[in-house]
Amino acid sequence: MSTESAFLEIREIVKDFGGHKAVNHVSIAIAKGEIFALLGSSGCGKTTLLRMLAGFETPTSGSILLDGKDLAGLPPYERPLNMMFQSYALFPHLSVRDNIAFGLKRDKLPSNEVAARVDAMLKLVQLERFGQRKPHQLSGGQQQRVALARSLAKKPQLLLLDEPLGALDKKLREETQIELVNIIHEVGVTCVMVTHDQEEAMTMASRIAVMSEGRFLQVGAPAEIYETPANRFVADFIGNVNLMDGTLVKDEIDHVLVRCADCTHYVGHGITGTEGMAVSVALRPEKIRISREGPSSSDGVDGDFNRVRGTVKDMAYFGSFTVYHLALASGAVLKISASNTERHRDHAIGVGDIAWASWSPTAQVVLTS
Amino acid sequence: MRAATFNRWFGRGWLSLGYAFLYLPIAALVIFSFNDSPVPNVWGRFTLKWYAALTSDTEILNGLWLSLRIAFFTACASVVLGTLAALALVKHRRFVGRTLFSGMLNAPLVMPEVIIGLSLLLMLVAAQKASQAAFGVGFPERGLMTIWLGHLLLGMAYAAVVVQARLKDLNPQLEEAAMDLGARPWQVFWLVTLPMISQALLSAWLLTFTLSLDDVVLSAFLSGPGATTMPLVIFSRARLGLNPSVNAVATLTVALVSIGVIGASLWIARRERLRAADVAAAARYA
Amino acid sequence: MSAVKTGRGWAVIGVPYVWLLLFFLLPFLIVLKISISEMDIASVKDVLTVQNGAIVLNARFSNYVTLVTDDLYFSTYLSSLKYATVTTVLCLAIGYPFAYFMARARATIQPALLMLVMLPFWTSFLLRVYAWKGLLTEHGWAHAVITSTGLDHLLLRAGLIPGEGQLMNTPFSLVLGMTYTYLPFMILPLYSNLAKMDLRLLEAASDLGATAWVAFWKITVPLSKAGIIAGAMLVFIPCVGEYVIPELLGGPQTQMIGRTLWDEFFSNNDWPMASVVAAAMVLLVIVPLALFNKYQAEANEGRA
Repeated sequence: MSTESAFLEIREIVKDFGGHKAVNHVSIAIAKGEIFALLGSSGCGKTTLLRMLAGFETPTSGSILLDGKDLAGLPPYERPLNMMFQSYALFPHLSVRDNIAFGLKRDKLPSNEVAARVDAMLKLVQLERFGQRKPHQLSGGQQQRVALARSLAKKPQLLLLDEPLGALDKKLREETQIELVNIIHEVGVTCVMVTHDQEEAMTMASRIAVMSEGRFLQVGAPAEIYETPANRFVADFIGNVNLMDGTLVKDEIDHVLVRCADCTHYVGHGITGTEGMAVSVALRPEKIRISREGPSSSDGVDGDFNRVRGTVKDMAYFGSFTVYHLALASGAVLKISASNTERHRDHAIGVGDIAWASWSPTAQVVLTS
Repeated sequence: MRAATFNRWFGRGWLSLGYAFLYLPIAALVIFSFNDSPVPNVWGRFTLKWYAALTSDTEILNGLWLSLRIAFFTACASVVLGTLAALALVKHRRFVGRTLFSGMLNAPLVMPEVIIGLSLLLMLVAAQKASQAAFGVGFPERGLMTIWLGHLLLGMAYAAVVVQARLKDLNPQLEEAAMDLGARPWQVFWLVTLPMISQALLSAWLLTFTLSLDDVVLSAFLSGPGATTMPLVIFSRARLGLNPSVNAVATLTVALVSIGVIGASLWIARRERLRAADVAAAARYA
Repeated sequence: MSAVKTGRGWAVIGVPYVWLLLFFLLPFLIVLKISISEMDIASVKDVLTVQNGAIVLNARFSNYVTLVTDDLYFSTYLSSLKYATVTTVLCLAIGYPFAYFMARARATIQPALLMLVMLPFWTSFLLRVYAWKGLLTEHGWAHAVITSTGLDHLLLRAGLIPGEGQLMNTPFSLVLGMTYTYLPFMILPLYSNLAKMDLRLLEAASDLGATAWVAFWKITVPLSKAGIIAGAMLVFIPCVGEYVIPELLGGPQTQMIGRTLWDEFFSNNDWPMASVVAAAMVLLVIVPLALFNKYQAEANEGRA
């Protein structure tokens, strides 16, 4: 995306805490209306970056431009953006209506307009009947909706979400994820969210930035990040993956061969590299087929590629799918995830059985870093 | 489980004896305030004459009036200064001379009052002499004002402790949220912080009020002619021997304090119960 | 906290800071100054004066010398430390189990138990001390109990009372009065500390084979160290300089430095001497004071 059309532009942001760089030269351009997720484990710098956007931390260097306007030096109360906090931070001494109206009253809006806006917000999050309640009289999910309404009341140009679903239990989280995205799309506000939960990032965001140690390791749409990780860290961080180290044996335009300890991969795309270099092959468990007999087809590839035999060491039954741990000759373990498409499978594979794992040439990704 | 049973009975025994020890003198005070007998601590017969005498005891009444005024001003000023000090310590992690500041703030909590009283008096006398020389008027006059200053020093330390404890427990995201929504720093304090620490402010006020009302040593050092606080009156009478008028004052004090403490405890307990009920209801009917 | 530092930050720090400098630190400096000054008939002579165009220092350190060499002052300091220590130990011995059992009581009655400790705490301490006068003088209830059970013989043998039946104005009455008055100051921080203790630690200890007694000494006590120190400081330091209790319940045998200071000031009108006594008293308590300050700071940091 060109920088001219970017709505939120972060340029070479650095945050140095006395020698420790929490955010280390991060740059990104975010388009209007995007939901952009900062994904990483704790300590990676994502929260620091979010707080710099909000104005609670000052960047050591670099700049932030929102709709062309530099936010440097602007205190949080002067920035045209709003944040939804992880703990919701609802004012316990104010009612739901007063909480939502808080920001509007700071802007000295006339009281009838404030009331109208509050009504609209309550309608948006479906809490019309709860206006007079205090926060402690609401459930966790309801509190979250009030926090959302409060952060959208002022029609901010940018909405910041700090672990929006972190405080909810699993069931509620699934329902809320979709609701949240719908509301954000309905309002049409640009959104930057911070999370350590991959599922949250992948279901909600239009683009994800995987962060580690203050840097962006990869930025892209969820599918891109999952199917085409840029490096080992991202491949390992997102979802489950089998990482096999090997040597690049053949490098052609349309395919490469990688020899690993237990098998040789025929990968159906070319990479930039030299023969003989050390690479890793990332293969997701759900893309591997497991069978007692050898692989039924060769996927149009001649030769002993993309298959390996091993012993089933472990099995974990998850209801809709089963995960097999296949012990290979070199001692490595291959994780295979197979959907349980039939209710009772005859000749089902069990622990101790010898089985074949195979995959198509489009299943893997070769990683050079 | 013999150990557990022994523990339980030993515990109950210890607590009972402990409470008996704490309350025995108070009980004695109250009982002997209704005593009519030549020997004050030997029971004669029931009477209310000591209470009646209080109504015409100008020394005590004047002392009470003075003490109440000083206590009121002390409590108000202590809460203000103590809150400022607490805010300074909680909000600003590092500033020049922070150790000295917190040291000066904590010291009055434990420092023997004779030291505080003496040093403060000497300073006020020096100030008096200086202002006499400069402006021809000796300020401040020893009396209500000087006693108030002494109590304020003590009260500020106690108020700071109480308010600090509450400020620490505050979720910092609340103030950040307020700022994010457009509130300037002083608005954040006024609209969010203050309401949330209001209970602590009230406790601090009551604590410093009681402290001031009860103080003997500081008042003795810092008072002037005509400024005899109630504790000083009681003290001088107590020094002379047993005096049932003191018992009467004591009983009234105990009654007031009891009503206050019990009332406050019940009110807090009730609020907690209602709150817990609200939270439970919300979780059920989400 | 917010990275935005407004000018208001300086007012918030500045006002109480200046106040404390003016009304706490400055008075101390003045005390020091006066302690080395000469006393005129009615007022203190200036330490620095200009005579014949030259600055003259009229410092008198003789008062400090007196303090150290005069047996009376020295023994009074020692005696104050002794009584303060005894009181602290007694308060700890009575107060620790008290706070412990309070914290282990059923959760529903704990607020009531706390309230019952608060009540004496909030009642005027002067009145409570006076109450013991009534109880310990002849015909008083405590006096009757102690003499009839023969306890006074024990006290006499221990040197705590000068004669049978003479319970008032003795070391016994003083220590009893001080322990009684300061007991809540020991119980409250201890209770606050013990109530917050994670009981699961004790469960884990018992699971690993520790008896209740062992668990108590190896886990509970060390974890309550902060509470013990806080309580001990809250009792010891003020006790050293106590005036009211020694005056009402003490006697000729019980020399306390607080009374000495008072007498120097009010009876002898010797301000420099009183200042010297005060300055020396500060030195006495400065170590426990620093300990207390450190505890307060740590307790406050720890919470954040």
